[in-house]
Amino acid sequence: MCGDETMARPTLALYWAASCGGCEIAVLDLHERILDVANAFDIVLWPVAMDFKYADIRKREDKSIDLCLFNGSIRNSENAEMARLLRAKSTTLVAFGSCSMEGGIPGLANLTTKQEILKFVYHDSPSTISTNGGIMPQTHTTMPEGEIEIPEMWETVKALDQVVEVDYYVPGCPPIPDQIWSVVEYILSGKPMPPRGSVLGAGTKTCCDECARKKEEKKLKEFFRPYEIETDPARCLLEQGIVCMGPATRDGCGALCPAANMPCRGCYGPPPNAVDQGAKMVSALSSVIDAHEPEEIERILDQIADPVGTFYRFSLAHSILRRVEKP
Amino acid sequence: MPFEPKIIGFLCNWCSYTGADLAGVSRIKSAPNVRIVRTMCSGRVDPAFVLKAFQLGADGVVVMGCHLGDCHYQEGNYKTVRRIPFLKRLVQQFGIDRRRLRLEWVSASEGDRFAEVVNEFTEEIRSLGPLKLYVHGELRGEKQRQMETERVVH
Repeated sequence: MCGDETMARPTLALYWAASCGGCEIAVLDLHERILDVANAFDIVLWPVAMDFKYADIRKREDKSIDLCLFNGSIRNSENAEMARLLRAKSTTLVAFGSCSMEGGIPGLANLTTKQEILKFVYHDSPSTISTNGGIMPQTHTTMPEGEIEIPEMWETVKALDQVVEVDYYVPGCPPIPDQIWSVVEYILSGKPMPPRGSVLGAGTKTCCDECARKKEEKKLKEFFRPYEIETDPARCLLEQGIVCMGPATRDGCGALCPAANMPCRGCYGPPPNAVDQGAKMVSALSSVIDAHEPEEIERILDQIADPVGTFYRFSLAHSILRRVEKP
Repeated sequence: MPFEPKIIGFLCNWCSYTGADLAGVSRIKSAPNVRIVRTMCSGRVDPAFVLKAFQLGADGVVVMGCHLGDCHYQEGNYKTVRRIPFLKRLVQQFGIDRRRLRLEWVSASEGDRFAEVVNEFTEEIRSLGPLKLYVHGELRGEKQRQMETERVVH
């Protein structure tokens, strides 16, 4: 019908791998501007909102999708297969959101093993009543109608760029709609794209630079979890003893969490030039702890619960050490 | 093939590196397992350096600096004294024995102490055995790691 017009529009694919769906909601949070996206692009894949099949993508020519926003980490063989397929079919592949960029929350599974996870979920969890003799998930089952195959869960959760080559990154859990829009607008403007591997839709400083709270001197002898104290809403949370990831996190979100009286959780990933968010945070906190004696230092460090889970909440799969050793 | 520990030592320029040099010119014998990286201050040792050393195959990491109060930059080593215990907790959670990371104070006149620390730490790492991390196989492949181990030994 309107063949010419459709041909002229760039094609867009949105895909979710191991994710919660929040990134998809963030795209919908563009509100009316979502219509501009729909007008500007010819959407060829968007499992959350539109009925396209994987087969439709397989039939396409290589590099025939102009932009692919890929969210979610790579957790099983299906995620990896789709990552490879979309890489082959797309000219520009964007790791969209924390999971895709650096492993995200699913990446915390790298603190344990596949076996431990399955054991808890199918046997040990208090809400599980094992009635089937303790059968664990299988990838192959033979049924009267034939063989059934489901994807295999991986031992290790990976970020998208640990499986395929990625052109750009958009951080955030989820990326802030305004930032998504600025990225879409930039791409539509036809301006020359930044160098491959750039982080789009985020700043170049730390979350603290955007945070409106008043910062004075940081000298800490006590740390608290957010529920343990009443905080002063105007003053830096870290100065009040709350472990806030601000100093080790890239800006771009507008410091939403500290504005809502919660510490930064670090979803925008490490700032530029910092390779490892946890290392950066260890460095930052070590500078503000006010103690010289080993015993006192240990006492203060005891108050910081779960350092790896806190400092690498979103970036464990992409960190220097990536996971705990398999037993 | 016997296991030879691969150890990375970050030594501050003003005290410990000079101490290591003194051990050398005094012809004090010490284990050859520590590969020294000179930094301007023990406070310059970014936690990422330590993690990176483990990532790339170090079995142990030792950070040496001036005694507290002796820092050339007044307070660099006071940062280190908090950073290393913190890092120990972090690596322990990653499944790396915290004894594989060590902080020692060695002054410019303590050549004998340098040798003592190096020998003792090397033996400790030898008894802990080689460090096996997921990233080792993932980043370089088992084969390459094997080749590299062989090259170091021969």
